[in-house]
Amino acid sequence: MKKIATGNKAVAEAVKQARPEVVAAYPITPQTEVVEQIAEFVTTGEMKSRYIAVESEHSAMAACIGASITGVRTFTATSSHGLLYMHEMTNWAAGARLPIVMANINRSLGPGWNIWAEHTDALQERDTGWLQVYASTVQEVYDTTLMAFRIAEHKDVLLPVMINLDGFSLSHIMQPLDTVEPGDFIPPLNLPHALDVKNPAGYGTLTGPDQYFKFRWDIERSMRDAVPVIRTAQDEFAKRFGRKYGFTEDYRCEDADVLIVAMGTFGKEAEVAVDNLRKEGIKAGSMRIRWLRPFPVLDLKGKDVVVIDRDYSFGFGGILANEIRAKCKTDVYSVIAGLGGQEVTFEDMTGFVRNRRPGSELWFGVNGHV
Amino acid sequence: MAMFEIRIHSRGGQGGVTAARLLALAAIHDGKYATACPFYGAERRGAPVVSYVRIDDQPIKIYSQIKKPDLVIVLDASVMDTVDVMQGLKAGGKVFVNSAAKKEFAGFVTSHVDLTGIALRENLVVAGAPILNTPVLGALAKMGIISVESAKKAIREMFSDERNVKAAEAAYKEMSS
Repeated sequence: MKKIATGNKAVAEAVKQARPEVVAAYPITPQTEVVEQIAEFVTTGEMKSRYIAVESEHSAMAACIGASITGVRTFTATSSHGLLYMHEMTNWAAGARLPIVMANINRSLGPGWNIWAEHTDALQERDTGWLQVYASTVQEVYDTTLMAFRIAEHKDVLLPVMINLDGFSLSHIMQPLDTVEPGDFIPPLNLPHALDVKNPAGYGTLTGPDQYFKFRWDIERSMRDAVPVIRTAQDEFAKRFGRKYGFTEDYRCEDADVLIVAMGTFGKEAEVAVDNLRKEGIKAGSMRIRWLRPFPVLDLKGKDVVVIDRDYSFGFGGILANEIRAKCKTDVYSVIAGLGGQEVTFEDMTGFVRNRRPGSELWFGVNGHV
Repeated sequence: MAMFEIRIHSRGGQGGVTAARLLALAAIHDGKYATACPFYGAERRGAPVVSYVRIDDQPIKIYSQIKKPDLVIVLDASVMDTVDVMQGLKAGGKVFVNSAAKKEFAGFVTSHVDLTGIALRENLVVAGAPILNTPVLGALAKMGIISVESAKKAIREMFSDERNVKAAEAAYKEMSS
C-alpha cells in the first residue's frame, strides 16, 4: 500500500523491522517523533524490544553500550545537544567495537537557541570511529536505516553507524514511503566479543602504550573494510528491493563543468538547480555526499567544485569543503549556507554556481567573500 | 502537469498540518507525487500557522518554502486580519476560504464553503473545536485538485469515524463554484 510518512516515522518503521532487542533514548526536538513512535510500537506489542526510558542522552548511549556488549541489537536516536551530551559514550561505543545504530536528526547548536537544521552536530562526531551517512528523502531514510544494521553488524566492520537527516526539512516533511519485508537482508547479530557468563572476560581494562595504538589501527582497518561491505549492502538492497544507492548520488555529473557538492536535503534540491543551470547553458552537475565516513573516492578532475556547507569549523572553514580540499587535492568555492535552518532555495544555489569564485568562501546572507 | 503548490493558513491546533497530510496522501492515491510540510516556527495553539503541499507528476526534490503558490487555503478566515494570505499567490491563482460568506479577491479565482458549519452539523468536534481538515478535502476535490475517491480513501486511512467522510461529501456538495 502506498504510504505517506515523515522522515522521523521512516526511521521508526525501519527500526521496527530491524527488530533491535534494546532501544534506549531520550527525546529532543526535532527527534522526538522517532522515540515516541518506537515507544508506541513497543507498547502495542508491534515491537518486542525492551525500551529503556533514560534520564539523559549520555545514559541512552551508555545503556546501548551495556546492552550491545551482551551481543544484542541496539538502537537510539538523538539530535544536536543530545548528541553532544553523548560524546564521551559515542567514543566508547566505537572503541568497544559495538555495532550500535543511531539516527541523528541534524540540528544547530546553541546559543542562540535554535531547533532547525545544521550539520555541525554530527560533524563534531566525525573523528569518533562511527560510520556516518546522510539521507535526502524519506524513502532514503528508511532504506538507509535498514542497511545501517547490516553494515554495522558485519564481521568486517563491527562499528556503530549514524544515520543523519536534516531537522524539520526531512524529519518532519511528509513524502511517499514504500516499506519492504527485509527478511534475511539483516542477518542475526553474531558479536564475536559478546559477554558470555560461561566464559567470563573483562573489557575496558588498562591498555598500555604498547597495545593501545593497535586497537586504534584496528578501527581504521575496519573503516577501510567497511567500503566493500557498504557497497555489497547497497548492491544487494538494489537487487532485492529495487532502489539503488551509492557512496554519493551523482546527478548529471559526467559531462559537467561545475559540480555542486552538498549533503542532506540541499544535495537533493541542488538537482533542481542543475536542471535550471543546464537550461541556461551552464553544464552543471550535483554530487550529493551520502557516506561521510568512510569518506568516498570522488572524481572531481577538471571540474569546478561548489561545496555547500551547512556547518563550520571556526578559524578554518566549511567542514565538507575542507574534507574535499584535503582528500581530493582540489580547490573549491566554499559556500556556507543553511546554518540554523537558514532558507536556501534551488534559485540561491544557481546563483552560487553562476557567481562562483574558486578558492574563496561565501557566507550566504552575510556581506561579501573571504 | 507542472508542479502545483498549495499554502494552507490556519491556527495552531486547527489541523492545518493534518489537512496537508491528507491532501498529499490523496494526491499520491491519484498516482501523483506529493510532499507536505508544516512551517515550523515558534507556533503554539491559536497562533497563525502555515503548511505547504506540493503535487507533481515527477518526484519532488524541493524542500525550501513555497513562495509563489498556485492555491491558498484559508481554514480560519480570522487569520486574514493579521496575515497577508495572498502574499506571492500566482496571477490567476486560486483562493479558498472557510466561510459562509463570499470573499472577493480581484484577479484571483475565489471559492468558499462553511467548513465550520458543516463540522458542527455533523457533530465533528474534538475538545470543543470543529474539525476542518477532513471536510476541506471535499472542497479540494470540488476544485479538481484531487479525486473524490482518493479524498475519501485518504480520510478513511487516517480516521475510522465515517462522519469525516460525510463532512467532506457535504463540503463537496455545498461549495460555491
